[in-house]
Amino acid sequence: MAVKPPVMRALSRSLSLRLRQAPRPSSPCSSKQLRTYSNEPTKARLNGSVDYSSTPLLNHISQSCLANPELPQHVRQSKTKRINLFQAINEAMRHALQTDERVLVFGEDVQFGGVFRCTMGLAQDFGNERVFNTPLSEQGLVGFAIGAASEGMRPIAEIQFADYVFPAFDQLINECAKVRYRAGDTGMDCGGVVVRMPSGGVGHGALYHSQSPEALFTHVPGLRVVIPRSPVQAKGLLLAAIASNDPVIFMEPKILYRAAVEQVPIGSYTLPLDRAEILKPGSDLTIVSYGTPLYTCQAAIEAAEKDFRCSVELIDLRTIYPWDRATVLESVEKTGRAIVVHESMMNAGVGAEIAATIQEQAFLRLSAPVKRVAGWATHTGLVYEKFIIPDVTRVYDAIKQSLDY
Amino acid sequence: MSLRYGTRIILRRRGLYAPAYVNTSQSPLLARSWQRWSSVAASPASERVLFPGALNSKFTNALEFTRPSATEAIPTYRVMDQYGVVIDEHSGVDTTDEEALKLYSHMVTLSIMDLIMFEAQRQGRLSFYMVSAGEEGITVGSASALNPSDVVFAQYRETGVFIQRGFTLDQFMNQLFSNCKDGGKGRNMPVHYGSRQLNIHTISSTLATQIPHSAGAAYALKLQNLQRPDLPPRISCCYFGEGAASEGDFHGALNIAATRACPVIFVCRNNGFAISTPTADQYRGDGIASRGAGYGIQTIRVDGNDIFAVRKAIKEARRRALEDGGKPILVEAMAYRVGHHSTSDDSYAYRQKVEVEDWKRRDNPITRLRKWLEDRGLWDENKEKELRGKARKEILIAFDKAEKEKKPALRHAFTDVWETLTEEQKAHMNELRSVIERYPEEYNTDEYEGGLDGLKIEDSK
Repeated sequence: MAVKPPVMRALSRSLSLRLRQAPRPSSPCSSKQLRTYSNEPTKARLNGSVDYSSTPLLNHISQSCLANPELPQHVRQSKTKRINLFQAINEAMRHALQTDERVLVFGEDVQFGGVFRCTMGLAQDFGNERVFNTPLSEQGLVGFAIGAASEGMRPIAEIQFADYVFPAFDQLINECAKVRYRAGDTGMDCGGVVVRMPSGGVGHGALYHSQSPEALFTHVPGLRVVIPRSPVQAKGLLLAAIASNDPVIFMEPKILYRAAVEQVPIGSYTLPLDRAEILKPGSDLTIVSYGTPLYTCQAAIEAAEKDFRCSVELIDLRTIYPWDRATVLESVEKTGRAIVVHESMMNAGVGAEIAATIQEQAFLRLSAPVKRVAGWATHTGLVYEKFIIPDVTRVYDAIKQSLDY
Repeated sequence: MSLRYGTRIILRRRGLYAPAYVNTSQSPLLARSWQRWSSVAASPASERVLFPGALNSKFTNALEFTRPSATEAIPTYRVMDQYGVVIDEHSGVDTTDEEALKLYSHMVTLSIMDLIMFEAQRQGRLSFYMVSAGEEGITVGSASALNPSDVVFAQYRETGVFIQRGFTLDQFMNQLFSNCKDGGKGRNMPVHYGSRQLNIHTISSTLATQIPHSAGAAYALKLQNLQRPDLPPRISCCYFGEGAASEGDFHGALNIAATRACPVIFVCRNNGFAISTPTADQYRGDGIASRGAGYGIQTIRVDGNDIFAVRKAIKEARRRALEDGGKPILVEAMAYRVGHHSTSDDSYAYRQKVEVEDWKRRDNPITRLRKWLEDRGLWDENKEKELRGKARKEILIAFDKAEKEKKPALRHAFTDVWETLTEEQKAHMNELRSVIERYPEEYNTDEYEGGLDGLKIEDSK
């Protein structure tokens, strides 16, 4: 068979996928010529030290993955394989499509595998009646999902970037979140809806490929908002979201799609949709975060613990709403200090809610004000991203300030 | 490295999809994009363009813009004229006498309920109401042409659909008075009815949001009917006004319904006004019907004051919607909004009273059917009086009963937001309870079923 050279569009796509990878300092891929726009300061000790290939937040060996007590017993005795986050998402959807004929997967450019490859192979294997492209209309496709769910299907709709979810805001907030409540005993609901969307900074996404709009959804009763930090979580939480009878907004940190690689159980499993996870116990200070910034926090904690001889507890919120107040409060009761870290803008962000809750319920235990490390009150201008999204230095400094208070 | 990656994608695609079939919903759109890459410029002899975006377009040397005014307005289909005379006896009326009498009694009941409830709202006995005056023919007629298993999505002026499907007077009144027997647990404004049993989705105030829902629901029904051939073939039917059709949801819905080949009937009630906005400020095309073709959707415009025309159009639309694995159909039913927009609106602020009176007198779906019935010897003044008296009495009985019921238990302010109560919600319920206990004079909990105990969490889901 004659091999035709790839046409321009495919070439540029595959190139852009390569470039979307998170910075991996040790990787030969990150040649200086290719990434002149993202050079790191040569003397940096804190910033630029996040290394996904060695971070303790990912399971680099099978044993550590299977040691997770949240996994069901039969999964803990099963095998694992090393996959990245987009593959984990793909596996979760593949499993759902396989086991439940009510599951549909659709969105813009989903059929050929998705612009981030999350739906790769699904249309081929399950047919384009169940995995299909929609016209380019977010309000149309989310409305379509609500209608399908209200007639008993379990649609997984994809918004290509979280930045483009706003045309569907009315559908999500006035419809999706309220269908069960307004129907009461008349018996309608659209709990089968899962809306997936890549979110968060990616290094060069600028205004409309970087946003983290989770706080806008956590202000809406009736929705569940979930953000995984790793392939193991992505698979388990997405499967739980699909099984959940409440509508779920599932935000996938796109910078982790290829960067976060770890051992993931081969079979299917779910992780709880209302439980935070303590990633690292500590006694002096609590850091609460979710998604990508957890890696930033981990790096900052490593440096701070060395420099200040402190012990920091790191909590992954996982489910942003409804969220696990008990775990966070228990931790702050113990440490007396708290920092919340997220990428999105500080004002009325998730950190505001967590800080207010801690202040309300752990007031007497606090030795320092709750600190928020978040995006500044601005948009993510292309060349300013690394000054806007919380970095290791800012988290490190927040730890220092909180301890010194 | 990256080259190999791109090549892999292309090779896989080439093997899987034959680029032969395009522009049908079943065809993988991939085939189209593949075609786009491989498409070549048309040969000099070709009379058709090979652009993938419009495959059947011919070349022309004439620089001509398509002008909307160049085409005549889409005709309005009718079966009988405004004197109740069937125009084409041959194709005629498809309704039995009994059925016609039933349709008539449903329309009359609806109009009487509208009068009573509008007045009740004016007396402050319920918070809000919306009448259907002038549009009874569209709702009762179309609903009578659907199968009871067909799924309905309504806007809010479709009370006739509920009556036709069997929503009882008690159910109407319980919802309007938001009492403890209201299926919606007193959460919605009046007129926001719904019933899973009758396959009518709960009405929400947001305009046009239900249109993409109906497309998604139709797609679900289509797949379920494929997966379970023993089920009766079902479609979904969606109602909306001509004002709502200006919303983006209308566009998104019709487009996705066409590309995904959804068996859905879109019924637009074009009654001339969106609150105060006349259609001249709403659109400049030929109504809503002219848009159907742009989406590749079969469309008909029908006289909404002619219940027989509505029925025949919807029956045929339903048959077509189920053809070839399913497709959407657009029906624009013309009418005049005789009543005010709602009880919060005085329409004489933006239109002449004489115009409304004229429409009431000249043409309306109820009198038109009455004339037909009378011509046929099926109806007379005595029967009319009897029907009106009976309907009025039944409505008032249901009214009294519903008005006396308590409001739903207070916990229903919190239930059904999520499938189960969250920890946060339980805390909020306890806090509310504690506030009421400490300030009992400030709240009237007796109106609610179970009083303050209605907030007990043990009883809640």
